[in-house]
Amino acid sequence: MELIVSGLSEAFRMIIELDRDIFDITWLTLRVCILATLISMIIGIPLGMLLALKHFIGRRFLIVLAQAGMGLPPVVAGLWVTIFLWRSGPLGSIQWLFTPTAIVIAQVVVSLPIIISLTYAALQRLDPQLKKQLKALGPTRLQYGWFLLREARFGIVAAVMAGLGRVLAEVGAAQMVGGNLLGDTRILTTAMVMEVSRGNFDVAFALSFILMTIAFLITFLLTYFQQRQVIR
Amino acid sequence: MTLLQLEAISYQKQNKMILQVDELSLKRGDHIGIIGPNGAGKSTLLNILAMLEPPTSGTITFDGMKINPNKIPISLRHRTASVFQHSQRFDMTVFQNVALGLKIKGIAKNEREQRVHEWLTRFRIDHLSNEHAYNLSGGEAQRMNLARAFALEPEALFMDEPFSALDAPTKASLMYELKSILRERDITAIFVSHDLLEIEAMSEKLAVIIDGRIIQKGNVRDVLNAPSDIAAPFLHAWNQLKQGLDPGVQ
Ligand SMILES: Nc1ncnc2c1ncn2[C@@H]1O[C@H](COP(=O)(O)OP(=O)(O)O)[C@@H](O)[C@H]1O
Ligand SMILES: [Mg+2]
Repeated sequence: MELIVSGLSEAFRMIIELDRDIFDITWLTLRVCILATLISMIIGIPLGMLLALKHFIGRRFLIVLAQAGMGLPPVVAGLWVTIFLWRSGPLGSIQWLFTPTAIVIAQVVVSLPIIISLTYAALQRLDPQLKKQLKALGPTRLQYGWFLLREARFGIVAAVMAGLGRVLAEVGAAQMVGGNLLGDTRILTTAMVMEVSRGNFDVAFALSFILMTIAFLITFLLTYFQQRQVIR
Repeated sequence: MTLLQLEAISYQKQNKMILQVDELSLKRGDHIGIIGPNGAGKSTLLNILAMLEPPTSGTITFDGMKINPNKIPISLRHRTASVFQHSQRFDMTVFQNVALGLKIKGIAKNEREQRVHEWLTRFRIDHLSNEHAYNLSGGEAQRMNLARAFALEPEALFMDEPFSALDAPTKASLMYELKSILRERDITAIFVSHDLLEIEAMSEKLAVIIDGRIIQKGNVRDVLNAPSDIAAPFLHAWNQLKQGLDPGVQ
């Protein structure tokens, strides 16, 4: 009990006093996770649309691949990103291993399939009659895609939330490709793992509160946006 | 003058022949009803006429142009409009729903607003302009869909059972309004229904479709006075129903 109480009070002290290390770790986490999610959105939403709206050879295979990719264990993604970025690996010469860029890449790998699959699903759920009505209005391809996306925005926001949730919670891949270097590649989850293993529960508590707050705030904001669109 | 013509059209799905039309032409300003029992192929025919579904084989000619059904030019779509059985509501306000087609068409904002208000007023839903489309009743939503179609000022208007999901009083008043608009504008209207009373109220010409084939076509009066052997049982059932009703009912 004593352990929990002292841990919690110390955690609050660190947060309130804006502990330098904790601040850096939080800031890096935000930058990395948001960037990874943005990249996954920019690639994943159009790909999900393509899978939902275009019929081409290999489409079924790609859908299955994206769906299977949702279950990809982050450590496996971490392994492959590490191999590619390893000094003697195919992309070793750019020296990205153990940099925040490597974490972003690994997080894109784990969140991209989620955003593709859920975008695809959101568009699939639209009423075919509504698509027919839209088509009858004579839209350009771009207009057609845009208005369908607008109709599916509820599901698209859910896709982005799921992707962001995944990268925020993910630890295995970030640990592997980032190396958890203080002031460089240490993010909230990897820092927590380390602090717990060292028995520094106060720091771990502080990190966990921040992580939860971020996850909660982002989910809250996106849900608020989503609901406002629906209720009006 | 012919606006739209089908020749030697067939439509198959999974090797099943669903529709076969040797010839069907619509003159500019025609109001033609397509009637037939459920599953006869009415919607299929309408979708092919509206160029929303390519036929398996055959030729479509619109305003003298031979159409490639797999590659409909946008400019051609902008000359037609469609309304379906279940009103299609986009997740936006009533105003935006009606403006959508005009926006897609690239009509300038001022004119867009003016046309939307004109047609919202015409279909008596102007007071719902800022309401979200999801909050409308079935009748109001179908008014919105008709407003969206008419705001486009189409040359041809395709309607697939636009009233069949509505209750009788709503249906009657909306049918009356629609007919008066069709009379005053020179729009070619294709109206699908399984209800002879609706067809009689809406159109001067009629095509009877049964089992994927046009059994009989011509002026509504002529067809009803001399139905062909195959069309007779279907039309006769309607006549009996009508006789049972007050003959003054329209
Ligand atoms: N996509 C499809 N696949 C297989 N059969 C279809 C398809 N669409 C329509 N049909 C069949 O074609 C026939 C005509 O359908 P439809 O045009 O909707 O009839 P209606 O509008 O007159 O009720 C029906 O028997 C229906 O089962
Ligand atoms: Mg039908």
